[in-house]
Amino acid sequence: MSATPPREDAPATATATLNVSGWSPGEDVIEVQRSPAPGATRSAWRTFRETARGLKTTMARIAEGPSTIQYPEEKVPVFPRFRGRHKLHRFEDTGLEKCVGCSLCAAACPADCIRVVAAENTPENRVSAGERYAAVYEINLSRCIFCGYCEVACPFDAITMGHDYELSDYDRGDLIFTKEMLLAEPLERSPLRNEGE
Amino acid sequence: MIALVGYFEPWWIQIIKGIVIFAVGLQLVPVVLIAERKLLGRFQGRYGPNRVGPYGALQPLADILKLLTKEQFRPSTSVGLLFALAPLISILTAVAAFAIIPFGDAQDIFGTKVGLYGIDVSIGPLYLFAFGAIAFYGIMLGGWSSGSKYSFLGAMRGAAQLISYEVSQGLALVGVIITAQTLSLTGIVHAQAGMWYFIPQFFGFLVFLVAGFAETNRTPFDLSEADAELVGGYNTEFGGGRFASYYFAEYLNVLVVSGIVTTVFLGGWLLPFGVHPPGWVDPIVVLFKMSLITFLFIWIRATLPRLRYDQLMSFGWKVLLPLATLNTLVTAILVVATH
Repeated sequence: MSATPPREDAPATATATLNVSGWSPGEDVIEVQRSPAPGATRSAWRTFRETARGLKTTMARIAEGPSTIQYPEEKVPVFPRFRGRHKLHRFEDTGLEKCVGCSLCAAACPADCIRVVAAENTPENRVSAGERYAAVYEINLSRCIFCGYCEVACPFDAITMGHDYELSDYDRGDLIFTKEMLLAEPLERSPLRNEGE
Repeated sequence: MIALVGYFEPWWIQIIKGIVIFAVGLQLVPVVLIAERKLLGRFQGRYGPNRVGPYGALQPLADILKLLTKEQFRPSTSVGLLFALAPLISILTAVAAFAIIPFGDAQDIFGTKVGLYGIDVSIGPLYLFAFGAIAFYGIMLGGWSSGSKYSFLGAMRGAAQLISYEVSQGLALVGVIITAQTLSLTGIVHAQAGMWYFIPQFFGFLVFLVAGFAETNRTPFDLSEADAELVGGYNTEFGGGRFASYYFAEYLNVLVVSGIVTTVFLGGWLLPFGVHPPGWVDPIVVLFKMSLITFLFIWIRATLPRLRYDQLMSFGWKVLLPLATLNTLVTAILVVATH
């Protein structure tokens, strides 16, 4: 269809009412249905029918049952790559910490929430596998944005993002997690989503 | 006029009856409250309140306790006396209207004839409309005396709604009264022994039900408290016990309208197919039918959006009023022609 049809192609009603200054709206004219539809019986029937349809829709929700997850009792399982609270790791065979106190995670952190103070390993006090270890390792979880850059920056996979997301507390000070807390297993494990779930 | 009812009850039975009906009525309101919240939840795919008590059954108690312990706040622009009086008017009229709902026929209890209703007034529907009209004073005075523009707008809408709907509601009952040829509510129930009136008076039933939604300020006609645009309407400035009174009156009104619909259109305590159970079943039958209508109220609330103000007006005057008038005329002609 052409964008500007010739004037004689336009509907008669449109040209009669709208052809004011020689311009024809042609096919652009659409018929606007004003509500309620003409004819009181038809309109009443339509109202009744639509109401009944609405009532049917809401009743179907009762038949369907609630889709609520009762949160503190039921938990949504997280995906394997979910970025929750951080974890620090040890070597499974020797029990030594993987972290060597290089501070690359602190450098990568956009929220500046990681504090690392390194110290030298000595033969009497051997904490990590490398030359140095993290004497202080703190993450301020009230600042952390859970971006996962620390995990990416770590050359030894010493820090990873865990699956815990229930991190609320009564005190801001309690949200500063120390090395011991990050090394320990979480008290309550978050459920993990299975393959294909 | 009381002689028309047929018997007198001793004064002490009337007092006991008053206490029993008041107590039962007030116990029904929390049941409706929790039923509405649970059902609304189910209609929306959630559980509704389920933390307080078994299955959340004590939720209304917690709500009312919370409201009653709150401060009785009063805005500085309000008109003191009316502000305190308005919720009382609402609750008083609701309770007074509840008194005429018959829960059963006159029974022999320990050799005394007792009617299972507060009073069987010989002007039943008129009594109902009188208190229904006074109930709007609760809304109008409450909205006006708050000294807030939202409350005022809600009150004005309530007033306009009253005028539009009381007429149709009254006319819807005239058809029933012509057919039953009595104004007593127990008389109307007895007249339905052959057929419940919602079949011959179907349009009257529909009009009364729709007007009942408007009278109780429930969706889709809850314009006077439209929370989205009027922040609660007439009850915006009310808190604590006064708000609880309005809340209570609204749900008691739902019960009253269900009771009247049950009595007038659904055969009251009568059962279909000629079943005549012993007298003590009557209140159970009435309560069952009332709960059906209350369920419809909640179902409609979960389904329909609020009407626009002009739609409400045009629906009231252009659809309901002609329908109710036509229903009355046709009923009158048929009754005269068949007698």
